[in-house]
Amino acid sequence: MADILTLQNINKTYGEKTKNPNQVLFDLNLSIEEHSFNSIIGQSGSGKSTLLNIIGTLDKPTSGNLLLKGKNITSFNKNELADIRNQQIGFIFQFHYLLPEFTALENVLMPYKISKQPLTKEIEDRANELLDLVGLGNFKKSLANNLSGGQQQRVAIARALINNPSLVLADEPTGNLDSDTTEKVYELLRQINQKFKTTFIIITHDRHIAEKTDRIIEIKDGRIYMDITK
Amino acid sequence: MKLAFQIAKRFLTSAKRQTIVIILGIAIGVSVQVFIGSLISGLQASLIDSTIGSRSQITITADANIANYDSLITDIESSTDNITVVTPTFTIAGSGVNGSLSENVVFRGFDFTTANGIYKFDELLSEGNLPTNTNDIALGVGLKDSLNLSIGDTVTFSSPVYGDTTLNIVGFFDAKVLAINDAWVITPLTTIQGIVGEGNVVSSIEMQLKEIFNDVTTKDEILSAIGSTYNVTTWTEENQELLSGLNGQSISSLMIQIFVIVSVVLGISSVLAISVLQKSRQLGILKAMGIQDKDASKIFLLEGFILGIFGAILGILFGLGLSYMFTKFALNPDGTPVIALQIDAGFIALSGGIALVASTLAALSPAIKSSKLSVIEVIRNG
Ligand SMILES: Nc1ncnc2c1ncn2[C@@H]1O[C@H](COP(=O)(O)OP(=O)(O)O)[C@@H](O)[C@H]1O
Ligand SMILES: [Mg+2]
Repeated sequence: MADILTLQNINKTYGEKTKNPNQVLFDLNLSIEEHSFNSIIGQSGSGKSTLLNIIGTLDKPTSGNLLLKGKNITSFNKNELADIRNQQIGFIFQFHYLLPEFTALENVLMPYKISKQPLTKEIEDRANELLDLVGLGNFKKSLANNLSGGQQQRVAIARALINNPSLVLADEPTGNLDSDTTEKVYELLRQINQKFKTTFIIITHDRHIAEKTDRIIEIKDGRIYMDITK
Repeated sequence: MKLAFQIAKRFLTSAKRQTIVIILGIAIGVSVQVFIGSLISGLQASLIDSTIGSRSQITITADANIANYDSLITDIESSTDNITVVTPTFTIAGSGVNGSLSENVVFRGFDFTTANGIYKFDELLSEGNLPTNTNDIALGVGLKDSLNLSIGDTVTFSSPVYGDTTLNIVGFFDAKVLAINDAWVITPLTTIQGIVGEGNVVSSIEMQLKEIFNDVTTKDEILSAIGSTYNVTTWTEENQELLSGLNGQSISSLMIQIFVIVSVVLGISSVLAISVLQKSRQLGILKAMGIQDKDASKIFLLEGFILGIFGAILGILFGLGLSYMFTKFALNPDGTPVIALQIDAGFIALSGGIALVASTLAALSPAIKSSKLSVIEVIRNG
């Protein structure tokens, strides 16, 4: 199977131009296969989020290349990267990050609206289906603020999928959910991976969860320490 | 644009109290502007009216008395469309004598049908009637006292050039101007023409204008029609002080407006700047989802614009309400408004427009700030 993502010699140093620069990632090389379901584990401060943010084009590496579907996007400008995030990548964050002023349905549709395509019946149906899929069929019109943590995270999942991205990045998506909800959210992600063939990269500190994924990448002190594919 | 507008609208409606406060802030600024503006132009109008409202605004004289004045008036009227009324007058000076009492008087002959258009003698009459027959006169109320006269009496007009003439008193008028009340004696043109004895002549032609500030242009139009044998003077040539007073008022009005605008701009931009901070989380999410920086900026520009629209409309309504109340409650003892405000639609539209532009500009720096906001900071800090 082809690689959707390739990292070549990625280095990341925070505060490069200050007195005490802090190198967080060291010559990292990594490829992710299309349609795969991956987890990244590692101790807190090991550089997992930094890595995921670079993959998601939210942050730039200090050096090295980032290839998405074989295309080197390292030197893309801000607008081109914004387009890539909008069209190719879905994000799920630990702190849910919905827009509190909008309803669940509006939040799900937001990435589509950002793409500036006309709102169609098809896309509204899709948004509704996604909300049904994540089990929030009855909360479509609820303001994001009025939903529980688990519900918000499920809205965020539906939102990450609305533009049919090829890659979904999740940074400790169940970090502040209880264990039952955590289990359900992972089952949902797995289900989506199988149904839509979406590639997932999920950061988790939960080994039990990581073991259910196809590939476990462990980061230690900014380097790949272990990489196990089942 | 549509997306930025939807988001801007939602941000505003979901922080209702804050939105209302800003709109009220803008509205108060605009209403002060509208009110002060109307007040000052009302003041100016009443100042102009009391100074030159009942006076000749362009006066035509010649070195000798004017004989062909009817055809001259026709020429003047067809030379410009800025004239509301033209009237011939004939003025001589002398003394009014009643027994041992004597006063210097200005003896003025009028064609009252047109002269009332300037002087409104018909409204100024305090007693009796306007003179209609030759040698009938009306006098200012000051002369009535100083010469001790009443209606039905006769008085002698005495001049070293024209000798003595006995005149019949048919009325008195109160021009509310001391210099006129104490000196003017008015009569039909024929009285003066009889005394002077040069036939059907007058000494000057007086007129009032539609656009009083176009007086110099009108003067030129008249001069080119009637020729330069005549002397034409306009009210601005004789009232430089009034003009600089009016200018001073306009400048102080402008200063007030500028301060109001500055405070509106500062108010809005500080509130929107806070709002950018409050919304930085949302902006981070939107950017992570791929919103373009320029669309993110537009959200705040549009917020400024929307606030400006509502603030301007509300402010104009407030301002008109305030002006209306002022004319209803600030009254003279006789029930007329202390100052008749001048509501100028153009000026009001301008005030609203300026507030709108100012609000949008005030949103500029928050908008730039929002486009520079980095996603990663927001994502990291939760
Ligand atoms: N914006 C930043 N500026 C400076 N240091 C940072 C920044 N982001 C992360 N770091 C540092 O980089 C290291 C890795 O952080 P992170 O990638 O968040 O680790 P993890 O997600 O594995 O816990 C930490 O030491 C953290 O303090
Ligand atoms: Mg992390």
